[in-house]
Amino acid sequence: MATNSESNLNSAVNVSELIAQNKKKKSINNYMEKLVPTILFLLASITVLTTIGILYTLISQAVHFFMEVPILDFFTGTELKPLSQNPEFGILPLLNGTIISSLVAILVAGPIGIMSAIYLSEYASDRVRRILKPLLEVLAGIPTIVYGFFAFTFVTPLIRSIWPQVEATNILSPGIVMGVMIIPMIASLSEDAMTSVPNGMREGSLAMGTTKLETTIKVVIPAAFSGIMASFVLAISRAIGETMIVTIASGSSKNFTFDLTQSMQTMTAYIVEVSGGEAPAGSTLHYSLYAVALTLFVFTMIMNLLAKYISRKFREEY
Amino acid sequence: MEKLEVLHNNNKINARVRKNSIWKSIFFLSTLFGLVVLVVLITRVLFQGLSWIDMDFITGRLSTNADIAGIMGAILGTVWVMLVVIPVTLIIGVGSAIYLELYSKKGIIQSFIETNISNLAGVPSIVYGLLGLTVFVRLMDFGNVVLAGGLTLALLVLPILIVSAQEALRAVPGHLPEASYGMGATKWQTIRRIILPAAIPSILTGSILSLSRAIGETAPLTVLGIPALLIPFPNGIFDTFTALPMQIYYWTIDASLVAEYANLAAATIIVLLLILFILNSVAIFIRNKYQQRY
Repeated sequence: MATNSESNLNSAVNVSELIAQNKKKKSINNYMEKLVPTILFLLASITVLTTIGILYTLISQAVHFFMEVPILDFFTGTELKPLSQNPEFGILPLLNGTIISSLVAILVAGPIGIMSAIYLSEYASDRVRRILKPLLEVLAGIPTIVYGFFAFTFVTPLIRSIWPQVEATNILSPGIVMGVMIIPMIASLSEDAMTSVPNGMREGSLAMGTTKLETTIKVVIPAAFSGIMASFVLAISRAIGETMIVTIASGSSKNFTFDLTQSMQTMTAYIVEVSGGEAPAGSTLHYSLYAVALTLFVFTMIMNLLAKYISRKFREEY
Repeated sequence: MEKLEVLHNNNKINARVRKNSIWKSIFFLSTLFGLVVLVVLITRVLFQGLSWIDMDFITGRLSTNADIAGIMGAILGTVWVMLVVIPVTLIIGVGSAIYLELYSKKGIIQSFIETNISNLAGVPSIVYGLLGLTVFVRLMDFGNVVLAGGLTLALLVLPILIVSAQEALRAVPGHLPEASYGMGATKWQTIRRIILPAAIPSILTGSILSLSRAIGETAPLTVLGIPALLIPFPNGIFDTFTALPMQIYYWTIDASLVAEYANLAAATIIVLLLILFILNSVAIFIRNKYQQRY
């Protein structure tokens, strides 16, 4: 009894302290409630800073380049001789190499990717799909340097044994390997687009007596067309920005040609070559790096926005 | 006459059905094409590199002599870079995701940041290399050290991590925070004690996947001027370093000079793929083990 009343007494004495403590806790909580969102907002704005950083870096340095090389010469010049006595900085050889390698890639990945998507979404059973899809996605997780090694040490010799005119570094082999790299991207995004076509449409078509193939080609693909197109555009953008495969396997000749058997350089490979080399800071060569990177950035940005626009604009609502 | 027509129709139907099954096989073979390439790639690399892997190779120092060259420096470099990438991406990534999912009001600022993040995800990795070179290596004058490489790679994988963390937070069912608010908890208390713990397994899965992306990246490192030969082992974030992908890169392009370098590259690829495979298995394990159904 005595202890009880004592503790009662104690707590009675301490009530005012407890209230003070509680108030303090509350004010700390209130403080946290205001502080935390601010900190988190600052963290989220780092991504915006990154974008600003990229734009600032590319533009501020590229400006120096365009003060020395007229912008028109840069975009229409067919000669790229950055290291010669009278250096010439035409980007067309690089654009050419970039576009050709990406075209080869999409010619490989487009048909194979979309046919894989058709199989996975229309024909495969659930069990088969659950096994095949993650396996296919392993391809997307392989580092590009490994693909570069594969293109250079396996695919190129293979092509040359069939077609001897092909040079040791050429644009065909990295193009094909890049195609393999982007297959999972097209397959997966197109499959998503096709799976989201409502079953009622398929069943309606099948009920008219069509085969699965006819339903797929005449009903499912048209309905999923925007998604499929978007996946193509995204895949091309990925191929344009890909670096290590082309750096290793397509060589560094700045050829302005359409001959697939020849060595060509892409925009990304040029950046690797020049930044890894001995371009003295402040030289035109050094600044050319940023002009090329800016072009690359604008190219991929346009493709990415285009993909988003296509999938939003032409999305069919069911 | 009628019989003929039926027969004719039957033939037509049979042809259509046959066409369907032929195309089905073509579609199936297309799906296998990627997998066949994958198998060829892996067996090829194993065949070429496996015999070169032993303890001396793993623990050895870099050397121009293929017989004694090892990759310990590259392994340590990769580990040090990850020690920068992990905390930086986790703090910024999860913080941004919490802000975007739980604090920001739907409006211009939120949609601006989200559009910005999805655009960043599409920027080629080599452009991040130039950003790192200009800002971290030159402007902040770190030099081509672990810190510069780590920060560059962190910015590169940040968009991936933010998006996956957002998905993880979104997947926490609404009745959990509501119960917490009902008990009188404040918003930050609810986030810290209820929402985050529930989302952590998915966040971890996403983090490991973006981390493995950073481990395999080469292009930004080449732009930063990361060397690949004959440097001392890194001991901290201000040391120069090399990384596994850089090692593969140099050995591959120098294979025309010394043929054995191709085998060293293959052996290093095996080590790199093994690390990525382990990381991915851990991610899948976490997803399967802690995936809660509410």
